[in-house]
Amino acid sequence: MRYIRPSSLEDAVGLLAEASGKAAILAGGSDLLVRMKGGFIEPDLIIDIKAIDALGRITESDDCFVIGAAVPCAVLGENTALRHAWPGVVEGAKLIGSKQVQGRCTIVGNLCNASPAADSVPALVAAGAKAVIKGPAGSRTIAVEMVPVAPGKTSLAPGEIIEAILLDKRPPHSGDAYQRFTPRTEMDIAVVSAAVNLTLDDQGVVEKARVALGAAAPTVLLVEEAANILIGSRVDDSTLERLAEVCSGACRPIDDKRGTVEFRKKVAGVLAKRVALTAYQRAGQK
Amino acid sequence: MAGIAVSTTINGDHAEFLCHPDETLLEVLRERLGLMGVKEGCGTGDCGACSVILDDRLVCSCLVLGAEAEGRQIATVEGMAQGDRLHPLQQKFLEHAALQCGICTPGFLIAAKDLLAKNPDPTEEEIRFGLAGNLCRCTGYDKIVRAVQDAASVMRGA
Repeated sequence: MRYIRPSSLEDAVGLLAEASGKAAILAGGSDLLVRMKGGFIEPDLIIDIKAIDALGRITESDDCFVIGAAVPCAVLGENTALRHAWPGVVEGAKLIGSKQVQGRCTIVGNLCNASPAADSVPALVAAGAKAVIKGPAGSRTIAVEMVPVAPGKTSLAPGEIIEAILLDKRPPHSGDAYQRFTPRTEMDIAVVSAAVNLTLDDQGVVEKARVALGAAAPTVLLVEEAANILIGSRVDDSTLERLAEVCSGACRPIDDKRGTVEFRKKVAGVLAKRVALTAYQRAGQK
Repeated sequence: MAGIAVSTTINGDHAEFLCHPDETLLEVLRERLGLMGVKEGCGTGDCGACSVILDDRLVCSCLVLGAEAEGRQIATVEGMAQGDRLHPLQQKFLEHAALQCGICTPGFLIAAKDLLAKNPDPTEEEIRFGLAGNLCRCTGYDKIVRAVQDAASVMRGA
């Protein structure tokens, strides 16, 4: 096994594309090192991307936030502007693991690990976040929901690296929220989760909405029908009841030791109601 | 040995070592540098027994490669006492009997040190959340929380 720490993204892409054996990207390592320890993966080459300056920063342009692939989730929580604009995205990212893990884990790693229960992904999907991908054939930008295609599998081509996540700047009266159900409050994996992102008009009526569910299907679900129920409403009780029904119906979960199909469907609806209300309140305050 | 030459700073002292690419920082600290205060509990980032501060971040050293230590600052429990004078956290852990078997203790001390550096006056809830990444199967946590509260008040007064 070799360990290489390139200082440019081009070098990282080159190393990944030319690797003869199995190559792995190392950012936070909170998935990779656990999988190596468990014997599930034995990479011939580890490419540590943390020496690539641009990947370690959160930058802002006029229209978006650019979150580098090596930015630990703890840093997202410390960024006041990001926390203000996207509280739901930040609360999802901050739910991953312990404080020790927070200092290392990244949202790009969480996305590329491609777990349906990934805590940061539903809020990113609801936010309409985009992934900037660099590969041997150049750059492309895709919606984050296009990255995971099945548990543990992504749509990235050989040699491709996600360099950053883009989050739009917010129009006035916008808010998002994320919640998950876990038996414990800390250090647990979502049994089911929900994220809602809303923009209201000046009268407090929902103008734009996106709803995403986690651990409810092989990949995070973007539920357009649920968003359509919220659009045009003031998120009143009858809207919330219909939202819950549609979200429960959209789930295609599995039965496992953490929850049954029936339980996950029910709780997906409950969480969708709660996060829709929180997102609505947050949007109303801005 | 063919290995990666790493130059780093541990508890304020310059350190150099050779390691294999797949060797964790935990293995390096214990087996190559003899810093036995860093404990292996789970080896998968769940228990916090191997906690160290890497630059200004609390991390599990089992989830860091030794090679990643190049040019970084590492703080372990061995750097907490000043000669014979215990760190207030160490003193208060003793006074409150905040340990039994002791395996988790270095991780708790380092995690608490990091917590108090960032929040010198935490509430009980903030301490419990802040230390949620450290598992103790003996004390039931109450004594640990009280020791950290007491140490925090000593450190604020000092």
